Amino acid sequence: MKKNKENNAGLFSHILQANIPYTLLSIIIGFVVGAVLLAIAGIDPIATFGALADGIFGKSKYIVWSIVYATPIILTGLSVAFSFQTGVFNIGAEGQFVVGSMAACCVGIFCNLPKPLHILVCLLAAALAGGIWSMFVAILKVKRGINEVLSFIMFNWIAYYLSNYLVNIPAIHKDGDGEATKNIAESASMLMKFDDKALKAFFGTGASFSIVVALIAAIVIAFILNKTTLGYKLKAVGFNRFAAEYGGISSNREILTALTISGMLSGLGGACQVMGMGQRISQFSSQEGFGFQGITVALIASSNPIGCIFSGLFYGAMKYGGSKLTLVNAPSEIVNIIMGTIIFFIAIAPAIKKLILRGRKGN
Amino acid sequence: MDILKNLGLLINAMMTYTPPLLLAALGSCFSERSGVVNIGIEGMMTIGAFVGASTALTFGNPWIAFLCGGLAGALFGLLHAIACVSFQADQTISGTAVNFLAPGLAVFICKRLYDNSTDTPALNASMKLPKFFDGVFPVGSFWNNVLCNYSVAYLSIILVAVIWFVFYKTRFGMRLRAVGESPEACETLGVNVYRVRYLCVILSGLLAGFGGAYVTLATVSQFRPIVIVGQGFMAIAAVIFGKFKPQGAMWACLLFGLCNGIKVLATTSNTVSPNLISMIPYIVTILALVLFVGTARVPAANGKPYSKAR
Repeated sequence: MKKNKENNAGLFSHILQANIPYTLLSIIIGFVVGAVLLAIAGIDPIATFGALADGIFGKSKYIVWSIVYATPIILTGLSVAFSFQTGVFNIGAEGQFVVGSMAACCVGIFCNLPKPLHILVCLLAAALAGGIWSMFVAILKVKRGINEVLSFIMFNWIAYYLSNYLVNIPAIHKDGDGEATKNIAESASMLMKFDDKALKAFFGTGASFSIVVALIAAIVIAFILNKTTLGYKLKAVGFNRFAAEYGGISSNREILTALTISGMLSGLGGACQVMGMGQRISQFSSQEGFGFQGITVALIASSNPIGCIFSGLFYGAMKYGGSKLTLVNAPSEIVNIIMGTIIFFIAIAPAIKKLILRGRKGN
Repeated sequence: MDILKNLGLLINAMMTYTPPLLLAALGSCFSERSGVVNIGIEGMMTIGAFVGASTALTFGNPWIAFLCGGLAGALFGLLHAIACVSFQADQTISGTAVNFLAPGLAVFICKRLYDNSTDTPALNASMKLPKFFDGVFPVGSFWNNVLCNYSVAYLSIILVAVIWFVFYKTRFGMRLRAVGESPEACETLGVNVYRVRYLCVILSGLLAGFGGAYVTLATVSQFRPIVIVGQGFMAIAAVIFGKFKPQGAMWACLLFGLCNGIKVLATTSNTVSPNLISMIPYIVTILALVLFVGTARVPAANGKPYSKAR
C-alpha cells in the first residue's frame, strides 16, 4: 500500500513527507562542506562561522535585523510551499513579489489614510496584485494548456521591467539623485519607532511589525490546508490529479485557486519588503532572488507552512549574517554554497532514508 | 540604404545574443528528452561563464577557455545526474541546489583569485573568441554586419543540425527519446536507462557551460555575477516553447535573440522607455504561445525519478 502511494504521488511526494531528522542532518552537512571549502581556500572556518554567529546573535538588534530579513522570504516560501501542495511549481514567486511591492509602494505613496488602515489597504493591494499576476498564468495553464513554468519565467521578467519602468515615472521617482521611488507615507510604514532610548538601543533602527504579517499568513495557510474542504481538495489534486477528478473535484478550478492564493502570499512578501524595510523601491540591476529564496525556504520546510517560519528565519539569519562576512575577509557567497549543499542533501535524503529503512528490515 | 543597414545591425545583434541561449537550450533538450528536468541550467551557465573567463586570463587561449567552461558545466551536470539518477532525487530540488552551488562557488573562487572582487579583470582582445569573416567586408557594410559574427554563433547553428541528426537518425537518439517516455519499457528491452540519463544530463551541463563561457569570452569580456542572470531560465523556456525539439528550440532562441537585438537597437535611439522595450520578448513569447504554439507535450517520464529496483 505504501509503495503504491509513492508511485502515484509523482514529483512532489518527497516534498510532502516531513523529514525533520534528515533536514537537520542536511544542515549539519551543509556547514561541514562549507567549512572544508573555507579551509581549502585558506580561510579559518571557525573564525568565519564565529563571525557569522556573532553577526546574527551578537546583539539584540542583529536578531531583529535577521527577523526583518526573514519576513519577505517566509512569505515567498509559504507561497511556493502552498503551490507545491497542489502539485504545481510556482517558479513565478519572484514576479508576484515584485508586483506586490509595486502595488504597496504606489498605495503607500499616493493614498492618504490614517495609520493602521493605510497599512491594511497597502497589504490588500499587494496581495491582490500578486494574486492577479499569478492568476494570469493559471488561466493560461488551465484554458490554453500552456506550461506554467514557461509563463512564470516570462511573467517574472515582465514584472521586473515594469518595476524599473515604475521607478522612473516622474510622479513616483524620488526628488533629487538616485534610482528609486519616493518614500511611502509614514502612515503606511511598518517600521517601529521608539522614543525611549533604551528601547531604541535594544531594537535598533530596523525593527518592524512586518513579521506579524508572515506569522498570521503561515497560520492561515496551515489552517486552510489542514482544516478546510478547500485544503483537502487542493491536496487531493496535488496528490493525484486524476483520482481527484474521479472523486468529483475539478482540478482546473483548484489549480486556479491555489496559484491565486500562492501569488497573494508572494505579493504580501513584496509589501513587507517595502513597508517593513526599504520604504521605497529601487531600480533593479538584476533579479533580487526573493522568489528563488522562497523555493529554498519551502524545500527546507518540506512544504509545511509552519515549517516555513523556521526555515525562513534560518535563511533570513544566514542572509543577514552572511552580509557581514566581508568584515573577516571571507566571501559572503559561502552562505549560498552552504544553502546549496543543504538543498542537495535534502534532495537525496529520501533515497538514503529508503536505504536505511530497507537495511533495518533486512536485519 | 538606411533600412538595409538597420536590418544588418539587427541580424548582427540577433546572432550575438542567440548563441548562449541556444547552446544552453540544446543542452536542456538532451536532459528533458531523457526524462530529467534540469532547472540547474542557470547555475551551470554561471560556472561556465566564470571558468571561461578565469582560464582565458590564465592560459590566454579562448578555445581552451571555452572548453574548460563547458567542462565546469558538465561537472555540475554530473552532480545533478548523481542526485537525480542514482539517488532518484526530486529533480526540481536538485536543480535548485545546483543554482545555489554553482554561482556561489563561481563568485567565491573569483573573490579568492582576484583580490576579493566579484568581477574578473577584463579580457584582452586576444583572449576573446574570434569572429568569422573579420575584415573581409568593409566595416559598417551590410554584409559585414550580417556575416561577421562570432565563430561560436555559426558553431551553435551547425550544432542544431548535428543534434537533430543524433536525436532522430541514430540509435542513441532513439534510445534517449524512449527513455524519456517509458524507462520501464526501455529497461525490459535491455537499454541501460541510468547510463543514457547520466550521459544526457552531463551533456546538458557541458552545453550550458559552453553557453556561459560564450557570454564572458565573446560578448561581455569579463565575469560579473550578473552576466548570466535569467538566461538559463530563458533557455528552459525556449525548449518548452520549441516543444522539446532541438530545431524548435533554435527558432525560439532566434526569436529571443531577435527581440534582444530590437531592444538593444531601440534603446540607443532613446525615444521609448528602455524598460518598456525590454518587456517585448516576454510579451511576444506569451502571445506566440497563446496564438500559434499551444500546448507542448512534455515527455511522459519527464521529472519522474526512475528506480531499477522497482
